[in-house]
Amino acid sequence: MNIFKNLLLSATAVALLATANPIYAKTPANMLVIANRIDDITTLDPAQSFEFAGSDLIRNVYGKLVNFDPADLSKGYGPDLAESWTVSEDGKTITFKMRPGVKFHSGNPVTAKDAVFSLQRAVKLNKTPAFILTQFGFSVENADQAIKLIDDMTFSITTDEKYATSFVMNCLTSTIGGIVDSKAVLTHEKDGDMGNDWLKTNSAGSGAYILVNWKPNESYTLKANPDFYQGAPQMKKVIVRHIMESATQRLLLEKGDIDLARNLNPQDITAIKKKSDLAVYDDLRGRIMYISMNQKDPNLAKPKVVKALKYLIDYKGMQDSFLKGQYKVHQAFLPRTYLGEIDDKPYSFDVAKAKALLKEAGVADGFELKINVREAQERIEIAQSLQNTFGQAGIKVTLEVGTGKQTLAVYRAREHQIYVGAWGPDYPDPNTNAGTFAYNPDNSDEIKATGLLAYRNAWYLPEMSKATKAAVKEGDRDKRAAMYQAIQREHQERAPFAIMFQKIEQTGMRANVKGLNTGGAITAVSYWPITK
Amino acid sequence: MAIENRSGNKRRRASIPPWLRGIGSTLFTVLITMVGLLFVTFIIGRVMPIDPVLAIVGESASRATYDAAYQELGLDKPLLVQFFIFLLDIAQGNFGESLLTARPVSQDLLRVFPATFELATVGTFFGVLLGVPLGVFAAVKRGSWLDHIARVVALIGYSMPVFWIGLIGLLVFYGKLGWIGGPGRLDIFYVDMVPTITGMILVDSLLMGDMDIFRNAISHIVLPAALLAYYSLAYISRMTRSFMLEQLDQEYIVTAQVKGLSANAVIWRHAFGNVKVPLVTVIALSYAALLEGSVLTETIFSWPGIGSYITTALLSADMNAVLGGTVVVGLVFVCLNIFSDLLYKFFDPRAK
Repeated sequence: MNIFKNLLLSATAVALLATANPIYAKTPANMLVIANRIDDITTLDPAQSFEFAGSDLIRNVYGKLVNFDPADLSKGYGPDLAESWTVSEDGKTITFKMRPGVKFHSGNPVTAKDAVFSLQRAVKLNKTPAFILTQFGFSVENADQAIKLIDDMTFSITTDEKYATSFVMNCLTSTIGGIVDSKAVLTHEKDGDMGNDWLKTNSAGSGAYILVNWKPNESYTLKANPDFYQGAPQMKKVIVRHIMESATQRLLLEKGDIDLARNLNPQDITAIKKKSDLAVYDDLRGRIMYISMNQKDPNLAKPKVVKALKYLIDYKGMQDSFLKGQYKVHQAFLPRTYLGEIDDKPYSFDVAKAKALLKEAGVADGFELKINVREAQERIEIAQSLQNTFGQAGIKVTLEVGTGKQTLAVYRAREHQIYVGAWGPDYPDPNTNAGTFAYNPDNSDEIKATGLLAYRNAWYLPEMSKATKAAVKEGDRDKRAAMYQAIQREHQERAPFAIMFQKIEQTGMRANVKGLNTGGAITAVSYWPITK
Repeated sequence: MAIENRSGNKRRRASIPPWLRGIGSTLFTVLITMVGLLFVTFIIGRVMPIDPVLAIVGESASRATYDAAYQELGLDKPLLVQFFIFLLDIAQGNFGESLLTARPVSQDLLRVFPATFELATVGTFFGVLLGVPLGVFAAVKRGSWLDHIARVVALIGYSMPVFWIGLIGLLVFYGKLGWIGGPGRLDIFYVDMVPTITGMILVDSLLMGDMDIFRNAISHIVLPAALLAYYSLAYISRMTRSFMLEQLDQEYIVTAQVKGLSANAVIWRHAFGNVKVPLVTVIALSYAALLEGSVLTETIFSWPGIGSYITTALLSADMNAVLGGTVVVGLVFVCLNIFSDLLYKFFDPRAK
């Protein structure tokens, strides 16, 4: 019994100690604390990272040759570590002049040698995002010739053919364009891996923040780079904690233990909007939701049926109900904030118009359709809404719900009728989406171009493919934007794709946080302009 | 020759001391159990509809990139060959690299397991501390209000969803009253201030002699541990009550009472003395269940333990991490079984 008594006393003491502990209510003025889901980070190497949370971290740790200014993303790319550049007459060679006086976190100067090393390294490592660079004709074999050092502060890149300068530059703003400290990285090279293994968990950048540590699925910590060439950031430390639950993120935000909550659900956002000491920051992200209609299906191959189905989608109804606060109606394949974006919304839910079109197409009595959908809540709800609204025009829909692997296999094999899909752009240039939604120059089964969405839907579009290819080469930025606008309008008119929504990201924040920019659809979050 | 051999074998076997034979047989059982466990997990990992290749290369990868990753993972080899390669790697302590964390799985497990171990140990400690006396008193005062309370407590413990009760607890004690720390193992201010010695922050902060961090760690562990303790208490008190009732109805208890022994001596020395043995199994099972990692508790409290590690890995088709985590969980069960066997011998004179 004495043991029991002692244990009870110890337990009481522990409880008292706990309650006597001072619980801080606010984060310090020079520290930014963020709750976010960061379990998608698998590597911190810019040549390999291809995830959202990883892009956030890398954008703040690495400088790039050209970059988006968080103060005004609509300006497009501008100089970063490259101070200026010139384009050769044939449009194939771009010569970069590096910004003098910039240092890496190690203290090493940022030179053209580092830029050449970084780009060659990304091509040679050939990791998942390498296609962003290799699409310009760079390869493991030719990287040394195509990406060439001229002098300490100058280097050039030569593409295999003429591409729009804006296309090349936009691609260099993506994560893979991060410039690494060649000296630091090569010190940690192992078995010819160009420091890939080391950079997975360490950093060698020149950006606004220095990586202190990354604990997978737990947190990462950054400290301000006092020598950042744009001036030392006001937030001396940034801590991002992995918090899965929206309710938990909200609780931490309300208590003042965090400054930003990045993954709040619509209910929690509504609650936060009512609090005077909190605010909500809305941003449009790159992900779009669409349905696509396989042109191998005899009914769906009829242009009037395709159009009728676009009128049988209750865009606004879905936006205002189960997608509220998460998606916004958007009917073009380029997300808003991309070069060449349009905001035309030619379709709305109109059963009478759809019925008339179906009658003209010779299927007035409707027909049967199968929709393949992945077992994700929002996609299933969209499919159910389609089942209901298509039914109003006599189209009997059955849903085939499957895992990501199963559904994607059917889609890639071109065996679906209708597919409910989501698409996220791979890099911040319009070609990332145009090249898949509006490009399919060869529709034969043998070619198996399953990476192209137009191909997956057996939509042969030789003329539009030519226009897409031409837009990639147009040197004038405004003309190029106009070309994409025209392609999208034609796409809206006749493509077997009904683009429906664009993702909205809502971030809950303490009202005293100023200068936040989560990057829109084209880039990632910037911590350095933030003040409190 | 055959007879000579046979007799020779017999002599050798007879010369092996019983304790060594005992250890040998235990190790053999552990080995068979672990190989069986690994085989089942491995097969489930291969047949489940998650594509580990797609998890690496992404949806928009070309066929060539997909095929290259497929071969790199060794998925083109026959299933049995893959399993044997996997076993050989495990035997060398190599669980491979996690897709999600880009680090060796063994390193990840060393990071996440102490977090779960710390939480489960504190939870079980309080579960036993309160659950055993509650069960004993409920049995002794059978039918009284105390018994009813104990049964209601156990019932609630079984039926309340942990997700709900955890969030409510956070809302009240952290959100409204501010008595405890929020989710996570420490306040943000202390992050990165504790060097990893054992991986258990309570222990490491004490070893450092930093009482501020120790207190802060307590303020964070108190609620999730209380939650686990409650679930553990519900199970332990119910089982203790049932074991005690069985003993209290035995004739030797009546004899002891007739002999004039005090109530305390009858309950604690005689009845409880016989309950200790089966109770060890109950406590070991309860502890093992918590050590497996309470996924929901870890998720709500952002506790980076083994439960959430394995779940995240499973959902992301990170099979090296899933298999590594399963080995650890399997080992935990095996070790606790061996430990409870040893305790049997300690508590039960017949087993000696």
